Amino acid sequence: MARVILQSELARRYTGGQATLTIVAPDYSSLIAELERRYPGLMAAIGAHTAVAIDGEIFHDPLHEPIAADSEVHFMPLIGGG
Amino acid sequence: MGNEPKIFTKTYKWVGTRPVRPDGVDKVMGRAAFGADYQLPGMLFGAVVRSPHAHARIKSIDTSAALKLPGVHAAVTAADFPDLPSEVSAGGEAPVNFRHVSLNVIARDKVLYEGHAVAAVAATSPGLAAEAAALVTVDYEVLPHVIDVLEAMQPDAPVLHDDLYTSGVDPRPTTASNVAARTGFTLGDTAQGFAAAEVIVEREFKTEAVHQGYIEPHAAVATYAADGMATIWCTSQGQFMVREFTAKLLGMDISAIRVIPSEIGGGFGGKTTVYIEPLAVALAKKSGRPVKLVMSRVEVFKATGPTSGAWIKVKVGAKRDGKLTAGEMVLKYQAGAFPGSPATLGGMTGFAPYDIENASAECWDVVSNRPKCAAYRAPGAPMAAFGVESVLDELAQKLGMCPLELRMKNAAKAGTRALYGPKFLDIGYAETLTAAQVHPHWSMPLGPHQGRGIASGFWFNVGGPSSAAIHINEDGTAEVVTGNPDIGGSRASMALMAAEVLGIDYAKVKPMIGDTGQIAYSFLTGGSRVTFATGKAVCEAADATIAELKKRAAKLWKIDGQHVEWRDGQAWSTLDDGTDRAPLPLAKIAANASKTGGPISGAVSINAAGAGPGFGTHICDVEVDPETGGVTVLRYTAIQDVGRAIHPAYVEGQLQGGAAQGIGWALNEEYVYDAKGRLQNASVLDYRMPVASDLPMIDTVLVEVPNPGHPFGVRGVGEVPIVPPLAAVANAVSRATGVRIDALPISPPRLLKKLVDAGKV
Repeated sequence: MARVILQSELARRYTGGQATLTIVAPDYSSLIAELERRYPGLMAAIGAHTAVAIDGEIFHDPLHEPIAADSEVHFMPLIGGG
Repeated sequence: MGNEPKIFTKTYKWVGTRPVRPDGVDKVMGRAAFGADYQLPGMLFGAVVRSPHAHARIKSIDTSAALKLPGVHAAVTAADFPDLPSEVSAGGEAPVNFRHVSLNVIARDKVLYEGHAVAAVAATSPGLAAEAAALVTVDYEVLPHVIDVLEAMQPDAPVLHDDLYTSGVDPRPTTASNVAARTGFTLGDTAQGFAAAEVIVEREFKTEAVHQGYIEPHAAVATYAADGMATIWCTSQGQFMVREFTAKLLGMDISAIRVIPSEIGGGFGGKTTVYIEPLAVALAKKSGRPVKLVMSRVEVFKATGPTSGAWIKVKVGAKRDGKLTAGEMVLKYQAGAFPGSPATLGGMTGFAPYDIENASAECWDVVSNRPKCAAYRAPGAPMAAFGVESVLDELAQKLGMCPLELRMKNAAKAGTRALYGPKFLDIGYAETLTAAQVHPHWSMPLGPHQGRGIASGFWFNVGGPSSAAIHINEDGTAEVVTGNPDIGGSRASMALMAAEVLGIDYAKVKPMIGDTGQIAYSFLTGGSRVTFATGKAVCEAADATIAELKKRAAKLWKIDGQHVEWRDGQAWSTLDDGTDRAPLPLAKIAANASKTGGPISGAVSINAAGAGPGFGTHICDVEVDPETGGVTVLRYTAIQDVGRAIHPAYVEGQLQGGAAQGIGWALNEEYVYDAKGRLQNASVLDYRMPVASDLPMIDTVLVEVPNPGHPFGVRGVGEVPIVPPLAAVANAVSRATGVRIDALPISPPRLLKKLVDAGKV
């Protein structure tokens, strides 16, 4: 099962303090659908304009990126450079 | 010490070489057309009316006297623009609130900083436009203002926006304030980490707002045709960004605007938004004539984005052997007049070079009566690094340890978890430290009043959407069209990569920058993304072109395409049927293109992922004059993991340029305001950027740890080199004087006062 790791603030507000969530999902869109099903409001709080790191690789506009059984997923702010 | 630097063993014919840049001759000979160089028949000249107040309510604007002046053809105010709702949407590099962008381009109800645009006029000459602008009457109700970030956070501070409520705090505030947002990151348990520490260093720091200092002011020419189509010629870091932002601000369809990019005389992040382009289109629409707007240097300083000044607190704990046990930082960044400082990015980057089990960052985005900040190389990172790297230097002194050894002991490596969450993949930070240790600079003796500082820095690097098209000409030459303005020599890099993949001579590849009607969407030139992301698109376009060339060769040979391979710029038959087929060079296939199906080209659009992060380590030697407080940079070395340098000279130039800008940030640059919130040094005479005579030759070391996310191993290189210099210079001055530098700039009067206060002179 993939591990979704939330920043503590989000975990406190939406998952009862559970910062590491385990999810079975073949791809990113399935993963966020499952997160929203389990924790209503979580994805809205994370926001539509966010980046995601899947196994250390940062994606700025993900949709169907594959999620492996042992993947680690982090949500993070969009990164704008100069 | 740890690993030896990894060096590429694979060599290429073109990648990694240093040919003359394709745009070089035009730029040296003065033929290159920059934003202000465009002229059109019947063109009018615009001028912008700007606020003399730092904070004021606009009671009325009267343009009638200006419009009565013969030769004046149009005037616009916020009334000529849609009153956009406040909503965050995708747009620029980060989520954009287009209401804020609109209000920054032209004030509606309030002016929020000196220089804020309130109206614009167009007339038949620049002088007449200036005269007309002076005749625009604006009735202001002057309001109290606030400039300093800490003062702006006070409950009794003048509030800029009555609808701004701090996000990220619980419970949500019920009163408006200047504190736009709080964000934070936590890793492990910092309380436990500090409890385990044997040495703790904690210090507060301050930096001033600094401007990107691009040599070319903002400039745009716009037309608006009777069919509602607008065309803009302008200098920017992204023609597609200008098109999207202008369309949004004017309520136009994106397809109704064509943006033609000029050459760009620097941007460094400061040209990733719009200021005058929507005004030029609005004036062109109203006058029915082309309109040109060019900012003066004073306008650039007063009305375009510097990067944030910042208040920073950093605390680190370590064992006696130097192993870090905990790190905390609090960052309070000036956003300028509208939310959107890079505080969060500072929080994500400050500790990134280090493997710290327990760390946290608390980041505050604060508005005040300054021009809205804009991106500046590695936005937010240099200030956070100034705090972290200074505290690490002090920690090394307390531990009696070499500052390089301290960094090596704690260096992030593949598998290290960053404070912002993910684990790093292949990175080359430790390799930069090793390169620093073996560099002759590190062991050179120092004289009296001299000191040596070292500091490191990190930037994520990004990818994103890019497009590229390759057209094979009838004679076998090729055109490579991309959608990113060339700021740092990217034309050469695109041509080198295309030549390498196609297997043809670099001189036969002509790189071109397409306008918004000539190439598919490409995200802007910023975030050190072009050589990586657009380069990846070029490589894929070259692959697509080769696939087509192989098909055409198969047709000429009358064999199946599966029996054709591409090597050294030629098609080779692999079919063993007894027929002797000489290889077909690209030029020969191109010459027969019409016989085999028509023109040959390859075009791709991608959303590039896999940008490898970058790390750098800088060494700085200074000499301090104890009588004046003057600081001379004696020697400077910038070392960086660049993945793979496509054109090493331009990579070295990025490192040198970033270091030079960082040295200016450290030593002299600052925005100086008077008691009324008016900028006092809005000129390059009074805003002291370093010039060539201020700097030594900046040595560079390119460490090449390949990025597996790019065909040639490229990492972005433009952001990282401005991250370490603030601390590298400050640490050098601290060691030269024995006084810890905790505020920038280290200008002579400031340093002299600090030395006097410390009893050092």
